[in-house]
Amino acid sequence: MTYLGLLAVSAIALMPFLWMISTSLKTDEHLSDYPPQLVPVPTQWVNYKNAVMSEKAKFPLWTRNTLIIAVLAALGTTASSSIAAYGFAKIRFPGRGLLFAIMLGTMMIPFPTLMVPQFNIFEWLGSHTGIPWIGTFRPLWVPWWFGSAFNIFLLRQFFMTIPDELSEAARIDGCNEWGIFWRIVLPLARPALTVVALFTFMFVWRDFLAPRIYLQHPSQYTLTLGLQAFQAQNGFTPWNLLMAASVLVIAPLIVLFFMAQKTFIEGIATTGLKG
Amino acid sequence: MTRTNGQSRNFLKGMAFLSPWLVGFLVFMLLPIGLSLYYSVCDYSILQPPVFCGWDNYRLLLFHDDLFWQVMRNTAYYAVLVLPLGLVASLGAALLLNRKVPGQSIFRTIVFLPSLVPLVASAIVWMWIYNQKLGLLNAIIRMLCVPPNALLRLLHLPQFSPIQPPWIVDARWVIPALVLMTVWGMGNQVIIYLAGLQDVPRELYEAADLDGANSFRKLIHVTLPMISPVIFFNLVTMMIWVLQVYDAPFIISGGTGGPNHASYLMSMYLYDEGFFYLRMGYASAIAWMQLLIIVAMTAAAFWTSRRWVYYQGK
Repeated sequence: MTYLGLLAVSAIALMPFLWMISTSLKTDEHLSDYPPQLVPVPTQWVNYKNAVMSEKAKFPLWTRNTLIIAVLAALGTTASSSIAAYGFAKIRFPGRGLLFAIMLGTMMIPFPTLMVPQFNIFEWLGSHTGIPWIGTFRPLWVPWWFGSAFNIFLLRQFFMTIPDELSEAARIDGCNEWGIFWRIVLPLARPALTVVALFTFMFVWRDFLAPRIYLQHPSQYTLTLGLQAFQAQNGFTPWNLLMAASVLVIAPLIVLFFMAQKTFIEGIATTGLKG
Repeated sequence: MTRTNGQSRNFLKGMAFLSPWLVGFLVFMLLPIGLSLYYSVCDYSILQPPVFCGWDNYRLLLFHDDLFWQVMRNTAYYAVLVLPLGLVASLGAALLLNRKVPGQSIFRTIVFLPSLVPLVASAIVWMWIYNQKLGLLNAIIRMLCVPPNALLRLLHLPQFSPIQPPWIVDARWVIPALVLMTVWGMGNQVIIYLAGLQDVPRELYEAADLDGANSFRKLIHVTLPMISPVIFFNLVTMMIWVLQVYDAPFIISGGTGGPNHASYLMSMYLYDEGFFYLRMGYASAIAWMQLLIIVAMTAAAFWTSRRWVYYQGK
């Protein structure tokens, strides 16, 4: 019984993936086969090349753009969130509880609620600093360098599990607060840091709304924006090419997940349980 | 004296460590919230400076804007379907995945995979699955109807023709279609349930066994109460998420929220008002409605939680 259920659930979870891959390898004529064929005969690998090289799309460039934004965001949030998380986890000071509660509260505020004024702030920055913001990658990665509530929370939970005796011992040896953070806590927190960097990288890779607001020119698009443009632009894109492009956008995320599966799952579990 | 000194030193140290977040909070959170509140009581189209207009935006929105109410109905319809279905389906999957069977970790990985997919990509894949004539889903429905029809033919009874919903191109089916693909991508919720299930003390099940409880009674009287905080957590995060979905309805409707505005949800309306029609004031009023609804629903969830959420050790 359990097996039957597990097989059914897995089949539902996997079917869209299999169908996507199968379609991505079909010839145009076989797209309408009934009954549907899961194994594409003949197998048309050239669909992938055609999708990547399509004149409607700039997938290599979009991949580069996405990588730049996602890496900068992941680096920035890991650095800044871990510093803030240390403050919340290891330093006792008046007002800490209140600030922590406020921070948790901000997790509730959806991005769309703030997107209009945030756009105006970047617009203002652009016209008052001489550095352009709108129409550049900056609004998409710079905010990540100021910590993010979710990541700070995750890291703080992890830092709390590191015994204070370690910091005390280091303090007696003449280590200052920054030294304790840098030399004791951070090296011990490597798995949590990996989770934060990974989550953020994947979040930015998947994001659609923020890039849609700030990026206007197709040469600046990220992969999700590009995929949407590839689907919608000048008329009809054949389903096999569309599926091939989708596979390419998804594949790096799946690979990343398999590389860090255990840390990844623990990270999600932490957000739910200790919340 | 020394103690106060130590305290204020700690305060400065704490502030120094929190400073990255504090700056981010002020500039990207508090300032936008304030600005948004101000814009929402202004006539403001980015080209000209905002002009105070009192409650006009809210009055227009609540009493003279049919589209806003359509958006609210769509969002409510989506939420009413996706919340119970999502909670039950992901809990069911987690209960299955919690059984100790060979291959357990492979099954867990498979069920989690859909949640990795960017919504833009999954919406495109599901558009293909939902295609009325060539789509996989309608083909499967047709194939499932073959055996019963064969039986009916044997019995000389009239046969039925399989339903072939137009899914995303039909105003009645588009929200259910969105719900289905949302539930498909709920791997995170499953993982969180699984973590909760692992924390249920084994002794409770053993005690229930001694009392002769069957597995259904154990589910009702042990498992569900013990993981009620996790159910609550998933409920609240899903509620917040449901009120802000943008990507999937945008993709499957080609950005229109159609057909007939049937998949037009709040964030899409907000985006179009703010960035397409450049009515920033009106968009901010929508944003505030969105925020208020989220706060109200979360508060309601917390208020009712006293009756059904059981916290161990409290």
